[in-house]
Amino acid sequence: MLTKNASKRRTAYGLIMKTLMLAATTVTCALVLFLIGYVLVRGIPNISWKLLSTSPSYLNDSIGILPDLLNTLYIVIATLVIVLPLGVGAAIYLNEYCKSKRLVSAIEFASETLSGIPSIIYGLVGMLFFCQFCGLQTSLLAGSLTLVIMNLPTVMRTTQESLKTVPNGYREGAFGLGAGKWRVIRTVVLPNSVDGIITGCILSVGRILGESAALLFTAGFAHTLNGFIEGLSRSGASLTVALYVYAKEQGEFEVAFAIAAILMILTLLINASASWIGGYFKRRRTR
Amino acid sequence: MKRSDKKRNIRGRKNKRLERAIHGVFLLLGLVTVGCVLLISVYLIISGIPAIREIGLIDFLFGKTWASTAEDPQFGILPFILTSVYGTAGAILIGVPIGFFTAVYLAKVAPARIKSVASSAVSLLAGIPSVVYGLVGMLVLVPAIRNIFNVADGASLLAAIVVLSVMILPSIIKVSLTALEAVPKEYEEASLALGATPVETYFRVSVPAARSGIAASVVLGVGRAIGEAMAVMMVSGNVANMPSLFQSVRFLTTAVAGEMSYAAEGLQRQALFSIALVLFLFIMLINAALNFLLKRKKEG
Repeated sequence: MLTKNASKRRTAYGLIMKTLMLAATTVTCALVLFLIGYVLVRGIPNISWKLLSTSPSYLNDSIGILPDLLNTLYIVIATLVIVLPLGVGAAIYLNEYCKSKRLVSAIEFASETLSGIPSIIYGLVGMLFFCQFCGLQTSLLAGSLTLVIMNLPTVMRTTQESLKTVPNGYREGAFGLGAGKWRVIRTVVLPNSVDGIITGCILSVGRILGESAALLFTAGFAHTLNGFIEGLSRSGASLTVALYVYAKEQGEFEVAFAIAAILMILTLLINASASWIGGYFKRRRTR
Repeated sequence: MKRSDKKRNIRGRKNKRLERAIHGVFLLLGLVTVGCVLLISVYLIISGIPAIREIGLIDFLFGKTWASTAEDPQFGILPFILTSVYGTAGAILIGVPIGFFTAVYLAKVAPARIKSVASSAVSLLAGIPSVVYGLVGMLVLVPAIRNIFNVADGASLLAAIVVLSVMILPSIIKVSLTALEAVPKEYEEASLALGATPVETYFRVSVPAARSGIAASVVLGVGRAIGEAMAVMMVSGNVANMPSLFQSVRFLTTAVAGEMSYAAEGLQRQALFSIALVLFLFIMLINAALNFLLKRKKEG
């Protein structure tokens, strides 16, 4: 009798846990599908060539997001150009040069701390340091520099991970042939860790595209059309900031959803390319 | 013969100098992160302290009214602190069970195909910009709350909690998944051999073995939730009330973000920096907890 009860309880336990697991997974997947579907369905009909190719105009009472698109592109380019050498260099130092364990753990601790700091704090410090202290004003450059600090840990970590996978035999072989350290790094180590650097790039682009709180006070809200060099010193809204302004402050939900759909498509592309790159290099390495 | 030796010597010295210079450059690059952390901490402390000094630490932290633009301005941030704490707790309460069970399913039960599709869905969830969450929350969740609970305005703490609980799902699922996958197969095989059912094995052997990783995922979720600004700003209404589920509330993050654009120089603006400092201290505590958990995991 007792064992019968116990076995009944065990069956019930198994059943309940299984249901909970299935339910939770279903909820998660349904959420993802709903978010993608809802944003695309409400956003794509609002995307038009006119929206993509004009600036907002009070005279015609029309809204265009070309300046925001360009600003986002400028910010992505400027941030990557600065963050790549910094992040890759730091990773090389940690993996190839640094011999003091304490220094390694200090730098890694710093990078972990950076990745935990919320973006609003980056925005605030960016405003104080880059805009006011360095005299850059509210500009795309100040925004990019803020994003550089935010993305430094990402680039550093992915590069470091792939530096670790370069077999030591490669380095020893090159040293044995008489190459100096710098030459070994330049010609042997770096080419073999391209995948980590590219992955870091893609992840950073994703974060830059999605960032808004850090850009609010550093890059500003302007919607003027600028060239790259000129644009860097001017204030400008990125796509995300424009979305926020249109949705929260102006109530232009059609435009906001169009921007959201564009951001969603970009996110999909970035995720797909990140996993494709990962798979591509894995296959190449095992071959 | 001698001359070529000399030449080689000079080249060698030159190389050595170059190598040393390059080493120096990389050292500098490595120290950039440390510099950034110092920069952020120093700036926040320097700009956050004056207002706290002027208002008084107790009045600032435990004052119940925030009226920064009133004639007789009051700067009490207890409403923001409590809202942030309640909001985060609520998000954890909803998000962690869903994330946890999803992670166990994906790590142990799911067929490979489903696992890979669901994993990419989860990383997609992590990649969606927070303003998009805010937008969907504004137009779907807020009206829904208004209709279902029959309140005047759906922009409330509840809306923020729901949005946050979705936003922390990816961190919880990913980190728990990694921890669960790292549980040695022998543990599970031993449990199965002793007659436990697979489900019992997952929850009574694998989960306890991965508990510090799972705890780390929860702490990571807390950090994400407490630091989120834009999505919360779009759905929570931004009135400095004491927290209550169906009232419009203001978080620590949104208090900073909301007023910064129009804050006048002086005490109001400085008080915002002090709020950021409080937020920063919260985050540092959470980071310390996270580091502790992860270190314990490494040591086994």
